[in-house]
Amino acid sequence: MKNTVEIRWHGRGGQGAKTAALLLADVCFKTGAYVQGFPEYGPERMGAPITAFNRISRTPIRVHSNIYDPDYVVVVDETLLHAVHVTDGLKENGAIIVNTPKTPDEIRPLLRGYRGRVVTVDARSISEQALGKNFPNTPMLAAAVAVSRVMDRDSFVANMRESFQHKFAKKPEVIDGNMRALEDAFAAVDE
Amino acid sequence: MSNLEIIRSREIKERMSGNEAVSYAIRQVEPDVMPAFPITPSTEIPQMVSAYIANGQMDTDFIPVESEHSAMSAAIGSEAAGARTMTATSSAGLALMWEELLLAASNRLPIVLTLVNRTLSGPININCDHSDGMGARDTGWIQIYAEDNQEVYDNYIQAYPIAEDPCVRLPVMICQDGFITSHAVQNICLLEDESVKKFAGTYEPEEFMLNPGKPVSVGPYSISNYEMEAKKNQETAMENARGVILKVAEKFEQMSGRKYGFFEEYRTEDADYIMLIMGSAAGTAKEAVDELREEGWKAGVLKIRVFRPFPEKEIADALRNCRAVAIMDRCESYNGNSGPLGSEVTAGLYRNRVFIEAVNYIYGLGGRDFTTDHVKEVFAELRAAAEEGVPVQQHKYVNLRG
Repeated sequence: MKNTVEIRWHGRGGQGAKTAALLLADVCFKTGAYVQGFPEYGPERMGAPITAFNRISRTPIRVHSNIYDPDYVVVVDETLLHAVHVTDGLKENGAIIVNTPKTPDEIRPLLRGYRGRVVTVDARSISEQALGKNFPNTPMLAAAVAVSRVMDRDSFVANMRESFQHKFAKKPEVIDGNMRALEDAFAAVDE
Repeated sequence: MSNLEIIRSREIKERMSGNEAVSYAIRQVEPDVMPAFPITPSTEIPQMVSAYIANGQMDTDFIPVESEHSAMSAAIGSEAAGARTMTATSSAGLALMWEELLLAASNRLPIVLTLVNRTLSGPININCDHSDGMGARDTGWIQIYAEDNQEVYDNYIQAYPIAEDPCVRLPVMICQDGFITSHAVQNICLLEDESVKKFAGTYEPEEFMLNPGKPVSVGPYSISNYEMEAKKNQETAMENARGVILKVAEKFEQMSGRKYGFFEEYRTEDADYIMLIMGSAAGTAKEAVDELREEGWKAGVLKIRVFRPFPEKEIADALRNCRAVAIMDRCESYNGNSGPLGSEVTAGLYRNRVFIEAVNYIYGLGGRDFTTDHVKEVFAELRAAAEEGVPVQQHKYVNLRG
């Protein structure tokens, strides 16, 4: 991992992109990293495009601006590819991860000439099979970790189980489903 | 504070947002009373404190009031009765408290307010600038600003020992940048409950209303033959706060290992060019300064922590040997010339006979982003002005859409 990895999340209000960014900060903190996880706030309403950000670093983080040249971009909602310039500033040696049943070759024409790595993950199907509902942020979080390699799979999985046990203390029945969604998504994109 | 026993605290490594951090500190200090009314982006603070109370983790009396006007009125009543009191607000909430802010200070009530800075309308906007805090700059409150979650946590813990010191007895505003730090999760080093409780001590007012043996009247009418003396006493208390703020910071360093003063000087010792800035953007400025230093620039940052009382002489001394300073205001004051820091810093430079190039910039209004590139643009203008005599525009807006 290089000194600081910057990740930009694009989602729609209500899909959990902000939660995913905060969870990623949380899980990276547990492995000893310096972390930053924050959303960009606009008019908060269901369905509106939202952005969230992560910085993961070996050294303390002092910058408090948004991220304009990310190493990785995560797109939680495929329809945003038509509405938002998601690849703006994205590094060519980085990657974009898109929630879609389509292949990277089918998605690339929508990426305004981006020449770097394109990863697709069908987070909707993974979530529906594992959880019975469409919560795309959990599989997208796993995909972001698998692609960016900000931490290894085993410590990610172990730490996420702990986080879910805390987060879902009052509804433990969803923990196994979330873990399955994580593991399935990780396996789907891991090379 | 002077007889306080300081316990060096164990460090607890955590990650939390600025609002979580300040709420955690409130739980540790455990003031007696907290009246509050929710407003974005400070809403989480009363929400989290209420949860601590409901879970039995603290014993503060929370008063849900119907407006910020009532929140500050209740805080004044409670503090005057002899109870250690605090509240939290932002933006229009602070504006609605305005009359009471002056009453809290002039009645010498050491209330603590955690302000999560947000712009004032209009156009209506929920994001950060310093116009709420700056609007209250002449209300007689001590104001302390933070760069990040760590600093707002540390500043809150120092607030009551400053406010309640017998030679100060003034209210304190603990400020942090709305969303930018209040809603950003970052690493933080927390202190142990026991150390913080000892540090904050217990409130022992000399005079208070619920004291049947020694009745006092609070807020009486004053005719002209006493009014001016009362105001001068209040001003003297603000001057006294300087020494107390530094003394409390020294004790805090003994407990935490973290050093605080009126401001932080970052790589300024040999700097030709200094950016004077307050709040979260100071971190961004430091990062840019490190990059400029690698390119051979002698650049530095002076980050204001204590805005009231204003450390004018110390700032002038810190800037005395540089060639030019950029004074960064996250607030417009509509005087047609400069922002609040621009006015106060340049006046301070003149009064202390420091005649350097001083350029005032306005940035970050209503949450407009401020990046390391913007910092570098400002430094490039300073250098062009000082070295090549390129005329520099005063009161320029950074990152303004063309």
